[in-house]
Amino acid sequence: MSSYAASIPNEGNINRVEFDNGLVLLVYENRAVQSVNITASLHAGSIYEPPERSGLASLLSSALLTGTRQRDFDQIHASLESIGAELSMRGHIHKLGLFGKALAEDLRPLLETANEALRYPTFPAEHFERLRGERLTWLQYSSFDTRYRAGKAMRQALYPASHPYHYGTYGDETTIAAITKADLSDFHASHVGPDGMIMVLVGNVDTEDALRMIRETLGDWRNPEQSEVARADFPDAPIATERQTVFVPGKTQCDISMGALGPARAAMDYLAAQIANSVLGEFGMMGRIGKSVREEQGLAYYAYSHLGGGHGPDPWIVSAGVNPDNVEKAIDSILSQIEQLVSEPVSDQDLADNQSYFTGRLPLRLESNEGISSQIHAMESYNLGLNYLAEYKDMIYQISKDDVLKAAQRYLDPKNMVIAVAGPEPDSSGS
Amino acid sequence: MPQTTRHKLPNGLTVILKEVHSAPIISWWVGYKVGSRNEPTGKTGISHWVEHMMFKGTERFPAGALDREIDRAGGTWNAFTFMDYTMYFETLPADKIDIAMEAEADRMANAIFDPDETESERTVIISERQGLENQPTFWLAEEVRGAAFRVHGYHHEIIGDETDLRAMTRDDLYEHYRRHYCPANAVAVAVGAFDSADMLSKIESFYGSIEARGAPELFARQEPSQQGERRVWVERPGKTAFYEICHRIPNAAHEDWVKLKVLDNALSGSGGASDNKTSRLYQALVKTEIAAGVGAMIVPTIDPYLYSIIVTLRDERSPAEAEEVLLREIARLQEHGISGEELSKARKQAQAAFAYSTESVTEQAYWLAQSFVLDKEDWFDGYLDRLTRVSADDVLDVAERYLVPKNRVVGILQPTDPATERE
Repeated sequence: MSSYAASIPNEGNINRVEFDNGLVLLVYENRAVQSVNITASLHAGSIYEPPERSGLASLLSSALLTGTRQRDFDQIHASLESIGAELSMRGHIHKLGLFGKALAEDLRPLLETANEALRYPTFPAEHFERLRGERLTWLQYSSFDTRYRAGKAMRQALYPASHPYHYGTYGDETTIAAITKADLSDFHASHVGPDGMIMVLVGNVDTEDALRMIRETLGDWRNPEQSEVARADFPDAPIATERQTVFVPGKTQCDISMGALGPARAAMDYLAAQIANSVLGEFGMMGRIGKSVREEQGLAYYAYSHLGGGHGPDPWIVSAGVNPDNVEKAIDSILSQIEQLVSEPVSDQDLADNQSYFTGRLPLRLESNEGISSQIHAMESYNLGLNYLAEYKDMIYQISKDDVLKAAQRYLDPKNMVIAVAGPEPDSSGS
Repeated sequence: MPQTTRHKLPNGLTVILKEVHSAPIISWWVGYKVGSRNEPTGKTGISHWVEHMMFKGTERFPAGALDREIDRAGGTWNAFTFMDYTMYFETLPADKIDIAMEAEADRMANAIFDPDETESERTVIISERQGLENQPTFWLAEEVRGAAFRVHGYHHEIIGDETDLRAMTRDDLYEHYRRHYCPANAVAVAVGAFDSADMLSKIESFYGSIEARGAPELFARQEPSQQGERRVWVERPGKTAFYEICHRIPNAAHEDWVKLKVLDNALSGSGGASDNKTSRLYQALVKTEIAAGVGAMIVPTIDPYLYSIIVTLRDERSPAEAEEVLLREIARLQEHGISGEELSKARKQAQAAFAYSTESVTEQAYWLAQSFVLDKEDWFDGYLDRLTRVSADDVLDVAERYLVPKNRVVGILQPTDPATERE
């Protein structure tokens, strides 16, 4: 067990290579497993799409695996499924994410398929229309999902229409219907490229073998048309409490989504805000909110807070699912917990508990290939430095009660939050 | 692969240990052989509610104390109730595992079931049920199970019926707990970075003194044989239709179960490590734009349960179209079986899924605990071997015997006009 501390991913055991096309590869050998995992990202998220084409980046991410110059849909998926491998793409706000997993002996075919999909997609018309139909079905189904509707209403009120975070990555029925195959091809040409791409390989793989395979696949990729990296501004925070109510027929429960602008992952006070969030709605089965709303008053099955982090400015969210009769009571309880968090320092015990919680959980977060590659990807993507995990414990223990209070005060104000509620109309029986 | 060892304490507690030294973590599971299957009418949902009450404290660890203690140790803990069992687990840094072992030993015998906490939890559980009711597919699943099982306890949802959740008392819950939570009805599993001899001695010290009682007689009623196809029709506000087709299949310990698992791999591709885009049903339903998605469920159970396929229909496509395609695919399977290519894909996917699952001590411990409650000790260690021995003829045989109308339950969720919606 003594060797474990040395094996925490750090700049000594992560092999980081910058390719001349802008791709950054990070390899971490984990000989304890039989598999290998790929986590990658490219600058091709929804932030680059115009509002009238909302959902384009996400649709593109699905379409990349529907056909390439080399292989058709069935050939691509037969090659993956016949070896028990997984390869998926997902459009996020800032990035296009790629996730892959295979037995270690099958890394090469997995990389070859990923390379083809990223560089040579053909977007066959029949698959494009099929994907569009599937997306429309999903959007229609979600329009009756109270949790989705509350979250969407909160997000749209918190971010103005001029801000990319106003829009969901999945688009809406109008924008999805308007997207053309040419939009996909143009977006691919302008944004999908190796410059700024991060790829993390973790598993039972030899670094030299991995390097050679990347050189032979993605190594010669160039995209001179690839656009500059876009950033999202920090919008104005709400200056009053804004309530949004969405009625959805046939429901028996309300979902509440309360939001404020939170810190980006790379912000100096992110870790202090993370501790504040944990005290508020995470630690010890959902923190103070869980204790008040669920344990003491029995108002909800779930009630917690969550800090988005990310490239920012992601929201700081409180979510709860409650009976319609208890909505106001639950909101009042949550607001009073936020009021306390921004008015008085957390206790010595709260701080000590949470410092122990965040540092103690590190081994669990690093148990699997997926966990390790996600952590390495975050270190590179948010410029945290490859010794971040090794120094993490010290950073957490340097945070003071005052740091936590200041972070809470900077981002949360119970009098200026967006509060969205989705559920049945008053007096509706729900049947 | 490290050896799994099994032990039995004098008070009847079964112990399963597996050393894994890839990370300094241990996962500790205690499972009880009681679930919604064992609940009579009027007490539906009681196993799940008891599970909630186990987090409400003992004299030694008052409510909330362990939430803080385990988080402080950097661990994670939770519990879940299934039809056949109730599981509690903690995964912690190896040097902190004692707290989990002590806590589970304590609440096996000493949970308080405070009357005020019971009432507070009643509304939490009703809220959990109402949250499920917000999903149209929950209503479909509830009706399909109700139609499939007229007598057996699999007929109701694990969460229970609201009328029972409103009527049950603290004493009902406590009696259920006292009857079923005892060493002879439980299994304790540890997987992770420990020395087996040391671990066994620790387990003896924490659990050895818990009172020995005989294993409880479990409430269970056998489902009579089905006499013909059954159908249910559900209407909920919305825009999306769903079609579900289920066939009654044997329990996990039966030799046919793993053959049906291979059959499902070819038919739906669900549950493997990979996607399912080459599966027969994806090709026949999704690629043809009848469905937006198709998935299947084949879960290991103590008693015979259901192999279920569920189709999410695209706008303007009808459940009848999905049914026609599904029945055609079933007939094709019964006539021609599966190809050698499909068989080798199923094997490779199982091998990969197994390799992925062994990366997590938590997942391995769950498999081992499940093997005990399913009365199949080699469920985990022998799974790959059993699956690899399945032949194409085996698959043809189970397709002919189980995927027949007499064994079938069909459910349709028809969306109704949502015109009343407004913002």
